Amino acid sequence: MATPVPQVLTANRLRDGDVVYWRDGAWVEAFADAQIFEAKADADATLLRAAADVKARRVVNPYLFPVRREGGLVRAVEEREIVRSEGPSVRRDLGKQAPTRNATRFDLPARGRWP
Amino acid sequence: MYRYDEFDAAFVRERVAQFRYQVERRLSGELTEDEFKPLRLMNGLYLQLHAYMLRIAVPYGTLSARQLRMLAHIARKYDKGYGHFTTRQNIQFNWIKLVDVPDVLSDLADVEMHCLQTSGNCIRNVTADHFAGAAADEIEDPRTLAEIVRQWSTLHPEFTYLPRKFKIAVGGSVHDRTALKFHDVGIEIVKNDTGETGYRVLAGGGMGRTPYVGHVVGDFVAREDILAFLEAVMRVYNQSGRRDNIYKARIKILVNALGPEEMRKQVMREFEEIKRAGTLDLPEAERKRIAAYFAPPDFEALPVLCEEFEAARLRDGAFRDWARSNLALHRQSGYAIATISLKPIGGVPGDASDAQLDGLADLMDEFGLTEVRVSHEQNLVLPHVRKKDLPAIFARLAALGLATPNAGLVTDIIACPGLDYCDLANARAIPIAQRISERFADLDRQHEIGELKIKISGCINACGHHHAGHIGILGVDKKGVEFYQLQLGGSGAEDASIGDILGPAFAVSEIVDKVEEVIGVYLERREGHERFLDTVRRIGIAPFKERVYAAH
Repeated sequence: MATPVPQVLTANRLRDGDVVYWRDGAWVEAFADAQIFEAKADADATLLRAAADVKARRVVNPYLFPVRREGGLVRAVEEREIVRSEGPSVRRDLGKQAPTRNATRFDLPARGRWP
Repeated sequence: MYRYDEFDAAFVRERVAQFRYQVERRLSGELTEDEFKPLRLMNGLYLQLHAYMLRIAVPYGTLSARQLRMLAHIARKYDKGYGHFTTRQNIQFNWIKLVDVPDVLSDLADVEMHCLQTSGNCIRNVTADHFAGAAADEIEDPRTLAEIVRQWSTLHPEFTYLPRKFKIAVGGSVHDRTALKFHDVGIEIVKNDTGETGYRVLAGGGMGRTPYVGHVVGDFVAREDILAFLEAVMRVYNQSGRRDNIYKARIKILVNALGPEEMRKQVMREFEEIKRAGTLDLPEAERKRIAAYFAPPDFEALPVLCEEFEAARLRDGAFRDWARSNLALHRQSGYAIATISLKPIGGVPGDASDAQLDGLADLMDEFGLTEVRVSHEQNLVLPHVRKKDLPAIFARLAALGLATPNAGLVTDIIACPGLDYCDLANARAIPIAQRISERFADLDRQHEIGELKIKISGCINACGHHHAGHIGILGVDKKGVEFYQLQLGGSGAEDASIGDILGPAFAVSEIVDKVEEVIGVYLERREGHERFLDTVRRIGIAPFKERVYAAH
């Protein structure tokens, strides 16, 4: 059997489009605060639950994406989700990575200058 | 400039009110996202990677100082202090909140702007030569026809639900600055043997995953017949264009499936029918009425040689550098066309801050400049500048960070928003442009290389026009990692061609070196003053391929 891949549930908030993550029945703004689903069945069940929040006009477009653990930190597997969780890599002053944001549970690893 | 008549103003206001109500109904739950999505797209509102993105139409790329100030205001009040000029002469804001959009649209309507035809399967905002009305080689200002096409297309009931989006460009000069051969329909203003002005119409061009150069479907369409002819093209497309497969739904697929000859035949058949009905003639008086909106400013009679300009060139090296690459020949003596590069070394191509937009508006007012243009190459253009004003204008632009002297050079790179902003992207495009621009920052080296158009797309949809780049770069995703494919020999100009793929893609850490190696081969192999593109066409891609894959 394949090793289960941990997943995170995300969506965009309807009113302002901001990227949000699922945590214990609510939506949080920081990836670092997101709930990690170790079991696929839990992730799938929560995605079904999120449909109620779509109906309640809280969020749009909920979906799951894979994450991995790296030295105690949780990171998205795909570049797309890393960019989404931080903000544009070409504008470090904008998006969730912006310095004005409050510190989060896990600090995002510094990605340095890209490439 | 075109000014709204009562109908235009009322129509745009109505659309704002409609969308305000649609947003209310979405927020109250009367509309589901599935129901709302096509409505928001009809108003240019996308949901992107980080937030909603609002795409504002800049018809035929023309803006007034007043409109620039409104864009600056929107950037400040509703966004994060900047906007992004696109490869279709539009401007996008990346951080707009859904709840604010009705107010943004209302603010835009105050300055005769809107977001119509910037999304969805409709005839999109018509683009035109950014040197319109100023270029020395122009036959006729293409914006008159662009506006006529806009009026014909905006509410056309037949074309509200096309198989796919439909892009039209109009060029009025011998030299094509609109990439018209890569449009669904490209219209070239031409003169026939008897000196009459008419239109050569191409159809079936496009980029994306299946790039094609357009085919001529009308060699010389008379002025009064142009709407009938366009309607004929649209009818053939609307009837036979594929609706079963989104990737095969553009007119380019139809034209190439039928073959250009058959396409011409079908278009002519429809055209004859429309002509027989006689309902779609474009009256010359109406054409002239609209042309009057685009009348050039009252030019002063000035000598070709301008002493102030020449003195500044001798005195000031920075001005000399800027004048060398950023000025183009104007039809009127004593005037010049000035390109404002939005490609600062290491910057984000096409981005402009609220302060820059405001500063530019002030400069325009001060020097009596009524218009600024947006180019599809993501730069701005001051179309009618007195040469004697250029030194002062240059100083003002420099203070605004808008005087990068690189128009048309290797650092004047087109890049789509890519994975930094776009929901569809597979890879980043902007940072590649930034790193290449930094690598080639030295201006002497840029001039040594000469005209070279690098165009970068972050996915196969090709918003960064990579197929038409002298050097095209396409970002691809290989198992979650960004890679970059090189294409050589594309052109979006009158000598349009699709670049040839060099071979397997390169890693992020390699791509800038590989671009440098490609340029190295050119510098070794070029003959005389040959452009990069001409060297590639003469020697083919093999020598380049050999160099860049030598160590692989």
